[in-house]
Amino acid sequence: MDRRQREQYLREYSILKGQGKPFFPYAIAKDGIMATITILVIILMAVLFGAELGPKADPTTTTYTPRPEWYFFFLFELLRVVKPPELVFLATIGIPTICLMLLLLLPFYDRGPERNPLRRPIATTAGIATIGAMTYLTVLGALAGSPTEIELATKPQYEEGKEITASAGCLGCHKIGENGNTLGPNLTEIGARLGRDAIARTLENPTAPMPSYANYRKTNPEQFDKLVQYVASLKGDE
Amino acid sequence: MTPPLPKFLRPTPPRPGENGRNGDGTTTAPPKPQEQAVEGVASVVGWLDERTGASPFLRGFLYRKVPKGTNWFYTLGSATMFAFLSQAVTGVFLAMYYEPDAPSRAYASAAHITNDVFLGELVRGMHRWGSSVMIILIFLHMGRTFFFGAYKYPRELNWVIGVVLLVLTLMMGLTGYLLPFDQRSFWATVVAVNLNSSGPVIGPYLADFLRAGSEFGPTTISRFYALHMLAVPGLIAALIGAHLYLVAKLGTTAPPWLKAEKKDLLTEEI
Repeated sequence: MDRRQREQYLREYSILKGQGKPFFPYAIAKDGIMATITILVIILMAVLFGAELGPKADPTTTTYTPRPEWYFFFLFELLRVVKPPELVFLATIGIPTICLMLLLLLPFYDRGPERNPLRRPIATTAGIATIGAMTYLTVLGALAGSPTEIELATKPQYEEGKEITASAGCLGCHKIGENGNTLGPNLTEIGARLGRDAIARTLENPTAPMPSYANYRKTNPEQFDKLVQYVASLKGDE
Repeated sequence: MTPPLPKFLRPTPPRPGENGRNGDGTTTAPPKPQEQAVEGVASVVGWLDERTGASPFLRGFLYRKVPKGTNWFYTLGSATMFAFLSQAVTGVFLAMYYEPDAPSRAYASAAHITNDVFLGELVRGMHRWGSSVMIILIFLHMGRTFFFGAYKYPRELNWVIGVVLLVLTLMMGLTGYLLPFDQRSFWATVVAVNLNSSGPVIGPYLADFLRAGSEFGPTTISRFYALHMLAVPGLIAALIGAHLYLVAKLGTTAPPWLKAEKKDLLTEEI
């Protein structure tokens, strides 16, 4: 907007404002009705859904699939879109930071005088696309279950390890055979790439955002060993 | 300038002879208690105004004009603020019972609030679902501002404040999620902090700051608690003040499809 457009805007605005109604009581009445509805909805949701309190946090068991609050699903699910581990920082920090900067600086690069959404095709399209992408990622996150069963056939000596792996929360992020999620790398053939020691090291010192299983090893050393043996046996040849 | 009040709010002038008034300014009967009460209130308001000078400010805020054509979309911002106020009030009541001392106390006090305290589950539920409602409202409010082009000149700064408020609100969601300290909140926060640590340069330091060390420990909860109930809401309240000040100063935008008519523009220029 150049100076003439700015002055024209202020002039037009002062006329439209002059033709309007005072904030009190007209706008304040609408705001009050909306505020009442908001509070009623909050109370209604509290009555209907209550306040669930799950089992106490236990840093030594890793049998729980980390799930953020639903309004963080879109950030969480970005990890699904970005697959290679060396690019994970893009999904966790890179893309959100860039999007946030674009959002923050919006009025400084979109300086055109036009305000009508129908006459700003680029801005309106970008806005709808952003809403679409965020909705899609949120729905993905809502649909992603936390399976606790692995259907892949296993040699009998690894059966117990399979049970432990299935209940240890790995499937919350990783795929083994047909089960699990695709947030982290697929583990179906991990044994062909990593040995037992390497898998144990990764479990204790994982790359972000995977939680560490070091505590689990300390408290349940036997289970930890069986878990590692099972995961190392996954070579994709069964 | 007297603001145009709707009819039902306008005081009706007394008829001659009514209330013992003679119509020419003289009064024959002593003032009724009702009139005395009105005068009492007026003198208190006058006393306050003489010492604060607040009335021109309040009058400017309340009687400022809102452009014609504003609709229900324009109530989303104030609805977000009321959701925040509801969070603040329910949060104060939760803070009366919540103990952030150590992980075991945190969970026990959250369970105490949910199971024992009078109306405890309702207040916790309101706080828990209020956060979702506030997030939905803030995104809707931002969508309205975006599609109506309301972030353009001269309101650029208010958009920036609004985006900062959005980030702070998300931070409230993140820091509050840990506090009940059940499995769900613990593991989600472990992953969230791990995500932070993957950031370049400051990422690891930020994660260490949030955890109060390299691992989750007893002080992590009190750290999240302090951020959740002091630092972030304080900032949010201050920025809502700035946001509202700019709204009052610059005025609410008119809907983008409304244009001033030619004849009005001409008369204005003369």
